[in-house]
Amino acid sequence: MLRKLFKFHGGVKPPTNKAHSTTAPIASVPLPDRLVIPLHQSVGGHPRPLVQPGDQVFKGQRIGGADGNLSSAVHASTSGIVRDVLPAVMPHTSGLTTLSVVIEPDGEDRWGELDRINVRAATPDELRDYLRDAGVVGLGGAVFPSHLKLKPGKEGKLDTLVINGAECEPFITCDDMLMRERATDMLKGISAMRHMLQARDVLIGIEDNKPEALAAVRAAIAAAGEPGIEALAIPTRYPAGGAKQLIRVLTGIEVPHGRRSTDFGVQCFNVGTAYSIHDALEHGRPLISRVVTVAGNVDAPRNYDVLIGTPMDHVVRLAGARPDTDRYIMGGPMMGVRMPAFDVPVVKATNCILVGSPVLFPPPPPEMPCIRCGECAKACPADLAPFEMYWFSRARNFGKTQEYHLFDCIECGCCSFVCPSHIPLVDYFRFSKSEIWAREREKEAADTARERFEFKNLRQEREKQEKAEKLAAKAAATREKVAGDTATAPPGAAAAVTKPGGDDAKRALIEAAMEKARLQKAQVAPKNLDVTSPDVQAEMAAIDARRHAAREASSDPHPPAGQA
Amino acid sequence: MLTALLVMTGIALLLGAGLGFASIKFKVEGDPLVDKIDAILPQTQCGQCGFPGCRPYANAIAGGEAEINQCPPGGEEGIRKLADLLGREFKPLSEEHGVEKPKSVAVIDEATCIGCTLCIQACPVDAIVGAAKQMHTIIAADCTGCELCLAPCPVDCITMEPIVETVDTWKWRYPVFQIKQAA
Repeated sequence: MLRKLFKFHGGVKPPTNKAHSTTAPIASVPLPDRLVIPLHQSVGGHPRPLVQPGDQVFKGQRIGGADGNLSSAVHASTSGIVRDVLPAVMPHTSGLTTLSVVIEPDGEDRWGELDRINVRAATPDELRDYLRDAGVVGLGGAVFPSHLKLKPGKEGKLDTLVINGAECEPFITCDDMLMRERATDMLKGISAMRHMLQARDVLIGIEDNKPEALAAVRAAIAAAGEPGIEALAIPTRYPAGGAKQLIRVLTGIEVPHGRRSTDFGVQCFNVGTAYSIHDALEHGRPLISRVVTVAGNVDAPRNYDVLIGTPMDHVVRLAGARPDTDRYIMGGPMMGVRMPAFDVPVVKATNCILVGSPVLFPPPPPEMPCIRCGECAKACPADLAPFEMYWFSRARNFGKTQEYHLFDCIECGCCSFVCPSHIPLVDYFRFSKSEIWAREREKEAADTARERFEFKNLRQEREKQEKAEKLAAKAAATREKVAGDTATAPPGAAAAVTKPGGDDAKRALIEAAMEKARLQKAQVAPKNLDVTSPDVQAEMAAIDARRHAAREASSDPHPPAGQA
Repeated sequence: MLTALLVMTGIALLLGAGLGFASIKFKVEGDPLVDKIDAILPQTQCGQCGFPGCRPYANAIAGGEAEINQCPPGGEEGIRKLADLLGREFKPLSEEHGVEKPKSVAVIDEATCIGCTLCIQACPVDAIVGAAKQMHTIIAADCTGCELCLAPCPVDCITMEPIVETVDTWKWRYPVFQIKQAA
């Protein structure tokens, strides 16, 4: 059956540079001396560390527990001793640190006890929890926890499950090699996902510059014999591998602003994710390694199966980095970000280590003024107007950038690629986005503070009022009691309080309080007198008499005449 | 002549009744300008402006009793926003009210704390938990960094720690690129 393919707006055709790294099969990497595994590797909450320095860990043992549902667990990639749990530099442009577990491998690479799950018997919710604890996240680059995406939309089923094997970014070939070598297992993962999502069709989109991968996947589909799964060759055009773009090409559905693809019965997963889902469900193995392309300024570009936490330079050394290497880029030349150091660890998001040199990636030509030629708008696959957003980002007019739908920008870099003035547009958009996020955080904090401040004032007011009411009630009660007492008292005493509410009533209150205090004082008797001997009692009586005499003397130093 | 007078009086009465009805029917509770000003203020509730909280300061600005440059936590950006909103001239931060500092949170040295509850009473946003003769601690997420708890502490066990940047709060810098090639 020939399926009609659709087109997405814009896009560019940069040189692909993929041929060199696909000549050799995926290789394994010898164990490094040290693995540094950041705990925060996915979108969402920071996992809590589950190990302490000195602990023995096994391969696949959970070392970071998911924090809430929007989070994903992290596992030890090999067996060894935990040397440290400390903030370490993470593979992020900022060069900032995040809590990481440092493992010294013992060289035995021993698997721990794996908790298996019966895929056929388990409910979808159990499977999702299992995948969360197996640390499965989207391996296409966004590292969004997969278990959250494996939920069918409101209708409870999906029309189309789109599997992303487009891999449009230049230099990167990790998905290509994975499809060539592990198509059968990948397909098993796809059918598990299809089962969980109740998807009618499965469309696997592969760019037509990967005929070997396409053939391998088609052969696997034929061997599996599962109906409704189809692998399609799509035209090679960057960024065909963007989720929204691929959905558009394969199904013709354009996901509008502010909506999700599941609202239209479509969900999209990367091929690497499908493979790791199979690994987790079938073998009980959590996500502890991934295929990474090493390309760029190296002698032998190649794909490696790398344990999460392996230092990047350890992998690059195998491919033979050339001496003029000056930087590593995580990801490709279009969307990749420069690494702050050479020894940052490989994480779940690392699809490619692009080794750079001043010759391979010369510094960008000087930025010239925008001439409003509109080339960027023609190239934008998200149908945005980058030149307008650039203008407002530059002027820090963030409200306006949002009016031009800045947050629909996927940062693919097409606009910067085509800009004749060499304006780094994406840098401006990233700047604007993070500024807007920061402002939103501040706004939220201010709103919380306002609420709490107002509540505190309210509480203080309320407490004051309650206290006053309580005092008033008590005073009224005492007054009533006094009035009752005087009614039964002899007429002489009653004469003193004949005018209730006046000074006499107040005096009566005071007298009543004093009387009460006197009674209380008289009632307090020392508790240890019953066991004292007569001698001691006599001594105490003498002391009391002396004290009494002394008090008399001191309270009246100059006794007026006639009072002594 | 009489007709004209009657017509004019009739119109005046009609319009007057209409306006009177509108002023009752569409009465706006509170001052919307105060709300707008309050939304710009950082809600630190620190009182450095000389008013007991952000809302009273907003009231004072709206009433013309206070200048717009008395809020150090809001900083220059806050003053600019207020100037924009009120159509006033921008003024640099008034020195007598303090200086702009990096955002920080209070931290209680829990070993030194004697549990006197004075800081709890001083905190404008109830961000300190503790009880008499029990150790106190600060809910960092709710602390506005107002420094009002520093002065009442009898053992000086509270310090202000600047908030460090994390990967989650890190911001892309404003792109600075060479415009012209150096000769």
